[in-house]
Amino acid sequence: MSKYLPKQADLIREMEEKPSPLKGDHAKMEWWEMPVEFREGNFCFPAKPEVIEELGFSNPRKWNPVDDDWKLPEGWQKILMDGMRERIKKYRSLKLYLDSCVRCGACADKCHFFLGTGDPKNMPVLRAELVRSVYRGDFPMVEKILKGFAGSRKLTKEVLREWYMYFYQCTECRRCSVFCPMGIDTAEITIMVREILQLIGVNNNWILAPVANCNRTGNHLGIEPHTFVQNIESLVDDIEELTGVTVNPTFNRKGAEILFITPSGDVFGDPGVYTMMGYLLLFEHIGLDYTISTYASEGGNFGFFTSNDMMRKLNAKMYHEAERLGVKWILGGECGHMWRVVHQYMSTMNGPANFLEEPVSPITGTKFANAKATKMVHIAEFTADLIHNNKLKLDPRRNDHLRTTFHDSCNVARGMGMFEEPRYILNKVCNSFHEMPENTIREQTFCCGSGSGINAEEYMEMRMKGGFPRANAVRQVKEKHKVNSLVTICAIDRASLPPLMRYWNPGVSVYGLHELVGNALVMEGEKKRTEDLREDPMTGFEDKEDDVD
Amino acid sequence: MKKILLPLGMVGGLALVPFVGVQYAGLDYLFGVVIPYAAALLFVAGFVYRMVDWLRRPVPYNITSTCGQEKSLEWIRQDKIESPSKPWHAAVRVLSEVLLFRSLFRNNKAEFRNGPDLAYGSSKWLWLGGLVFHWSMLVIVVRHARFFFAMPPGFIDVLDQMDSFFDITLPAFYITDALVLSAITFLFIRRMADAKMRIISLPTDYFPLFLLGGIVGAGVLMRYIAKVDVMPVKDQMLRLMNFSFDPPGEIGTLFYVHLFLVCVLLLYFPFSKLMHMGAIFLSPTRTMLNNSREKMHVNPWRQPMKIRTYSEYEEDYREKMKKAKLPLEKE
Repeated sequence: MSKYLPKQADLIREMEEKPSPLKGDHAKMEWWEMPVEFREGNFCFPAKPEVIEELGFSNPRKWNPVDDDWKLPEGWQKILMDGMRERIKKYRSLKLYLDSCVRCGACADKCHFFLGTGDPKNMPVLRAELVRSVYRGDFPMVEKILKGFAGSRKLTKEVLREWYMYFYQCTECRRCSVFCPMGIDTAEITIMVREILQLIGVNNNWILAPVANCNRTGNHLGIEPHTFVQNIESLVDDIEELTGVTVNPTFNRKGAEILFITPSGDVFGDPGVYTMMGYLLLFEHIGLDYTISTYASEGGNFGFFTSNDMMRKLNAKMYHEAERLGVKWILGGECGHMWRVVHQYMSTMNGPANFLEEPVSPITGTKFANAKATKMVHIAEFTADLIHNNKLKLDPRRNDHLRTTFHDSCNVARGMGMFEEPRYILNKVCNSFHEMPENTIREQTFCCGSGSGINAEEYMEMRMKGGFPRANAVRQVKEKHKVNSLVTICAIDRASLPPLMRYWNPGVSVYGLHELVGNALVMEGEKKRTEDLREDPMTGFEDKEDDVD
Repeated sequence: MKKILLPLGMVGGLALVPFVGVQYAGLDYLFGVVIPYAAALLFVAGFVYRMVDWLRRPVPYNITSTCGQEKSLEWIRQDKIESPSKPWHAAVRVLSEVLLFRSLFRNNKAEFRNGPDLAYGSSKWLWLGGLVFHWSMLVIVVRHARFFFAMPPGFIDVLDQMDSFFDITLPAFYITDALVLSAITFLFIRRMADAKMRIISLPTDYFPLFLLGGIVGAGVLMRYIAKVDVMPVKDQMLRLMNFSFDPPGEIGTLFYVHLFLVCVLLLYFPFSKLMHMGAIFLSPTRTMLNNSREKMHVNPWRQPMKIRTYSEYEEDYREKMKKAKLPLEKE
């Protein structure tokens, strides 16, 4: 267990005893009077100087948020204010969302971080007020006449500390925006604040190290081409051992019909690798003409949590590689923020991709008209179409050892709108699926608590708090329907939900959707299956001999 | 408490200004002609400026908040309103927000219980209170048209009669007067009663509530209690509508309090959160279409950018790639 993880009893005591507006306790001071305290466990480590240098970002240095001296550059206030003004010019959303909040409070209890910490500054309205209060001070005339009336303040060191703390306690999940009568999206504000904080070197190593890796090696985990290939080949061996079927992925192959891109966590991390095995089995099952790139070997995009330019730069590799390989279109694996970027930003940033064709499923002939411009299709859309057209031989009983529920990933839910495809697939590949309570799924889904690049080990305590609303909803179906499997379509979820489940709901395992597809697929020439892809025994398929023993 | 008392005192002070000005200083020309013209002018100019100021800023990316199923495969039912793909879908989305407060209707209340446990209950009071408040205000503003036109359009009469359906006082009692006062009271109490609301509220949240309360209060007093003579008021309003600078006739001081607070509201409006009235029509997360993969959205400030190309990558890893038998561009 991590040294950064508090004992559950201690955390529960804190949650139950600490006064908080969530529990209706009277706040004894105004929010701007509340101190900001950094201590080990409530911040992600700042980026290492060599990472900053590699990326060409500002102010590389060793520093610690716990210290008084953050070693900020000369004139940091002006750098931040200029940065903010520039972005207010470039983004209508930012200006509008700073201007139009009426503080109606509808968002207040919608944030998973507020529900998990009870900290008033985690109410989305106050998170945005951290910036608004400074932005309003940008009009000195008004403040001179109405001192204290407009609630404005100067950009001090204390405000900077607040920004650093609370804009890394927002996972850009957009749940607050669903409830806002004005459609204010706190994620827009968080994105901008994190971006301007980069300008003075106030940052997060868990985001920037993967960004540097991704730029250099092609993926966040920094896997070099030969290792990337080896890793997938070892999965190929595992598949052969388990199923008796040989799958044949190709790498960097010119002339393939489809380029497949998925988060590198699926290639390297547990339990992501089982999802990868599911993809490989599926592609073999339908005889897909596809290739995997070692250069564009990352679906995710931590640039999205860094700056607009960095997001664009990392994303550009997808089209660049697709053009070089001469594929017709791109198929994307299961990932949350990857799909926010692909769905809402990719063609705008790096399109038009006229060298690609409008995606058509080579198996069913279905035209993916909704991906006509971006030319990238989500694997759940692709697989749902295959199942709908009876192109897959599935035996859902092979997942009978799993009693599942489905976690909508925030970005796929509120930044793309894909709700039905994964549910359709899940219902076809397993026999036991139970939804979590309605206020915690679909467009109201709760973040895993670790999205947007705060999945760091040293941040465990905050992650367990931020993930509490999700864990609590899982607990309800665990108790009511004996659910033991949490299915997701997001690589960050696959990395962050297992520790969350171990902490709050021991006995619940985390699965990728296509891992379950892989379990259920009846492959041609397969041997008798008794174990699922992670070598757990399947119910009802036990070896007869075992029974005799 | 300061954040409540400050705006309350401000509204009280502002109400006294015309009272003293007209009653004791005889400034009815200032309060009846000059200030109303100035306030109306600044309101229109300010409102237009704010709208233009928002509209001239680019919307570089398509950032629709999707609260329902996207348009994807033909056999999957799209949620056209919550995940709009055609302009009329988005128009319905925004209008249902404006007219019916669609998102507030979704509101729920999270409750923390020891265990620890979270429960979510329905919470439609804000939706109801907000809706009653805004619709009553609209009806009240519209029925005031009878003061501004010698022959008000026919629907004003209908509206007026509907509003005074409960004909229990003389002059007839308006339902919206009661509704708006209850709604303002509710919205005020809500800010006081809930710990979350107490901490997020600023003086600028209380001020418009008190100001509107003052305006409605003065109006109600005028109509039902002080019974200010309506005819000179209407004459004065008609003169203003004709851009006349003639001095007003003999009108009760209470009217000047009412009118001055309205002028303060008009002046305050464009420079405050009240501009949400215009902003709600522009919010990119709601006005945009969720068709960003189907149709390329253009970012007007996009510049060419240098990326790490495949050739640079191959250059760095050629030997390792060769060993892994990966195809290469250059041997």
